[in-house]
Amino acid sequence: MKYYDKLIFELSQKGRVGYSLPVNRFPSAPELPEELRRGTSPELPEVSEVDVVRHYTNLSQMNFGVDTGFYPLGSCTMKYNPKINEEVAALPGFNGLHPLMPAGLVKGALKVYQEMDKALSAITGMAAFTFAPCAGAHGELTGLMIMRQYHMNRGDLKRTKVIVPDSAHGTNPASAAVCGLEVVEVKSLENGRINVEALQALLDDTVAGIMMTNPNTLGLFETQIKEIAERVHAVGGLLYYDGANMNPLMGVVRPGDMGFDIMHLNLHKTFSTPHGGGGPGSGPVGVAAHLVDCLPKIQVSGFHGNFGVILRAYAYILMLGKQNLKKVGQYSVLSANYIKECLKDAYKLPIEGVCKHEFVFDGLVNDGGHDDVHGATTLDVAKRLLDFGFHAPTIYFPLLFHQALMIEPTETESKETIDAFIDVMHKIAAEAAEDPAILQNAPHNAPISRPDETQAARNPILKYKDAR
Amino acid sequence: MAGFNYIPHTDADVRAMLERIGVRQVEDLYADVPKEFIKKEPYDLPDAMSEGEVREWFESLSGMNAKMKVFVGAGAYDHYTPAVIPYITSRSEFLTAYTPYQCEISQGTLRYIFEFQSMVCELTGMDISNASLYDGPTAAAEAMKMSVACTKKKTRVLLSKGLLPNVIAVVETYARFHGVEIGYVPVMNGQTCPNCLKAELAKGDVAGVIVPEINRYGIIEDHSGFAETIHGAKALLVEYCDPSALAVVKTPAEWGADIAVGDGQSLGIPLCYGGPYVGFMAVKKDYMRKMPGRIVGQTSDKEGRRAYVLTLQAREQHIKREKATSNICSNESLMALWVTVYLSLMGPEGLREVNRLSYDGAHYLHDQLMATGRFTEVFPGKPFLKEFVLQPKEAAGLLQDRLEKAGFFAALETEEGYVSFCVTEKRTRAEIDELVKIVKEG
Repeated sequence: MKYYDKLIFELSQKGRVGYSLPVNRFPSAPELPEELRRGTSPELPEVSEVDVVRHYTNLSQMNFGVDTGFYPLGSCTMKYNPKINEEVAALPGFNGLHPLMPAGLVKGALKVYQEMDKALSAITGMAAFTFAPCAGAHGELTGLMIMRQYHMNRGDLKRTKVIVPDSAHGTNPASAAVCGLEVVEVKSLENGRINVEALQALLDDTVAGIMMTNPNTLGLFETQIKEIAERVHAVGGLLYYDGANMNPLMGVVRPGDMGFDIMHLNLHKTFSTPHGGGGPGSGPVGVAAHLVDCLPKIQVSGFHGNFGVILRAYAYILMLGKQNLKKVGQYSVLSANYIKECLKDAYKLPIEGVCKHEFVFDGLVNDGGHDDVHGATTLDVAKRLLDFGFHAPTIYFPLLFHQALMIEPTETESKETIDAFIDVMHKIAAEAAEDPAILQNAPHNAPISRPDETQAARNPILKYKDAR
Repeated sequence: MAGFNYIPHTDADVRAMLERIGVRQVEDLYADVPKEFIKKEPYDLPDAMSEGEVREWFESLSGMNAKMKVFVGAGAYDHYTPAVIPYITSRSEFLTAYTPYQCEISQGTLRYIFEFQSMVCELTGMDISNASLYDGPTAAAEAMKMSVACTKKKTRVLLSKGLLPNVIAVVETYARFHGVEIGYVPVMNGQTCPNCLKAELAKGDVAGVIVPEINRYGIIEDHSGFAETIHGAKALLVEYCDPSALAVVKTPAEWGADIAVGDGQSLGIPLCYGGPYVGFMAVKKDYMRKMPGRIVGQTSDKEGRRAYVLTLQAREQHIKREKATSNICSNESLMALWVTVYLSLMGPEGLREVNRLSYDGAHYLHDQLMATGRFTEVFPGKPFLKEFVLQPKEAAGLLQDRLEKAGFFAALETEEGYVSFCVTEKRTRAEIDELVKIVKEG
């Protein structure tokens, strides 16, 4: 990766064009009235086609992606993005469909939705899915709306609280707040699982439901899920499953069988569609049979969700089929446990035992700190990894530990890649013990060194004109 | 066990890894899961396909869809996509990247988002743009929530009935659960009614008003005086706009808007049955810290080189949890790149030309359709850009069927029984003449 310092605006030359449009063969219509016309021309770049291609190619070379290297990114499931997915999603027979075309003209598209509904229901044990949500957080919000709608339909209006474990993704409480629910936090036990007694104390007829991931954000299976489900259901609440951690359960366990009533899936995680640098994703929401009536009342996006993403996920499911589904879950768990066992001598493992698809370290065993030398932090380990061609793990999450390093390898990484990662993590730990400054000044060979984030927030430059 | 191309584990790898972990078989790694939850029966899924079989299956599915000449807009516009765009956006460094949290190896993503924000500000005339939102309707819903957050203790938001039906539906859904009451400003004579707006504001408690720059009938609305009236009631003005049209029509900033939102789809994103598209939001400086979504800012690294980072993150869910400005955690990054490359290629001149072609084509179609004698004007003389409605003298369904048989998706029926037509620069004069001929033949 090499540093490249241009913005497209800086390549602009008056009179240069990068477009090709047909000759205007229509009679000239009378001009729009003056008072409806814009006063000044927008200062967009004026560049040639080759300028555009080179500029964005150069920008791309400052980026790391799954096709560049390994992402041990906890809770993000950065698995390989198959290329056949891209090919089929670009077929003109899908790309040219207007979203308001009547059913008779879009039979192929509707078949995709039907087949995906069946497949996701089979994989999760839910009764039906809506594909409208465009991302995981959007799915959470939609799922919570369904939860509230269910209670409202029954005339049960006092259920205003939703219970969220302290280890939950930040989007869980944020989605609950947007949905008009009051968030009540339930603490985790020392072993990282939900404290069922503490949960019981919160349960009454004002609880709309509970949001959970299982395995949770520490990668640990909530072993008391059956009891949790029984207790929440006993007071009339519903169970929401955050599908961010669905990967280890693929082909092995179904959320519907564990008692969950509503869930979302992240097609851009579990079902191999690319993250695109932060979207587009897709967050379909599944519900159990008693909630199917609540689905149509809730419109959360413009048309039918991110159809292009759904096509990619469907191609992936067809490649998996019933024969390969279980390998996804099992090998994601195998690889995570292997890394954990290999690295726990150098990184603090706060909770022993078998994990699922991910696990959390609480910083270095020896961070190199003594007397007047500060030790290396989790941030420093993360930045040093970049020098070795690996993406960093998820850091400082979950919030239960101060130096959290959350590692998720997925099933698509080979043993050689994983072993190389383990070697580098050991090397970094050794460097930290000897000379933490090496880590603290990392990265050393990325396109840029650590930027001044304080300056960015204090003196915001948020567009090209602010910078000039 | 037969190999599978997405999973590299060999039997020897699996044995070695199990041994290192200290368990005998992979199933032992699920020993903590209560046995009753381990699924024993086979999954009800199709058999695995080979890659070639998948391609064939998708080709047959795509063949089940009709190939139509699109003369409908209503929030999704069939503009031309230059060949460069998919070429750039399919570069795996962009396509397969994660959210740019590790900024040192994400400068590519961060830079194009900064460019995207700059371009959205140029088009809207607003001070600050975010890194994008899911789509236009959800951007409007975020603007509804933001209006309430910016004007403390107020709980009503007004929507113009001229907004697209799907924008109204999504805002209503969000509002219902967020505890916001929605009021409506009707359309009179093809335009959001200024007197009705005043009357609704006079009822009090209004946090914001969302109006369309170009309404569901395709009419470019005159919002003179709206900002003064709305600000007089201490509410925010939200303009919902078509960013392609902003090359020629008055900007949200020129109308005095506090927030501009809309869908970037009209900037060269394929129809793709409704998504992925890209929402945008741009605001006045005063509201910077209340804005939802990611924002990229410029700073410098230790060597003083220009660098880009996600900034103002104290607004966001991963820091603030339930107190965040929104639950949004991603954007539509790759689609923001799509739009950024589009605007780079088109430049101000190209975007004006797109509008000119669409405008002239739409007016030509309008005049030709009126000349058939089969329609009456609904809003005579009202200014439109690329979309318009007419009242057909026959049943809309009959007209649609005739057009559909000839390969046209056109004459979308509105709830009032009008039919709407949309013309982009992709529609040729020959296509329009053929459409008119079919209309006449009925």
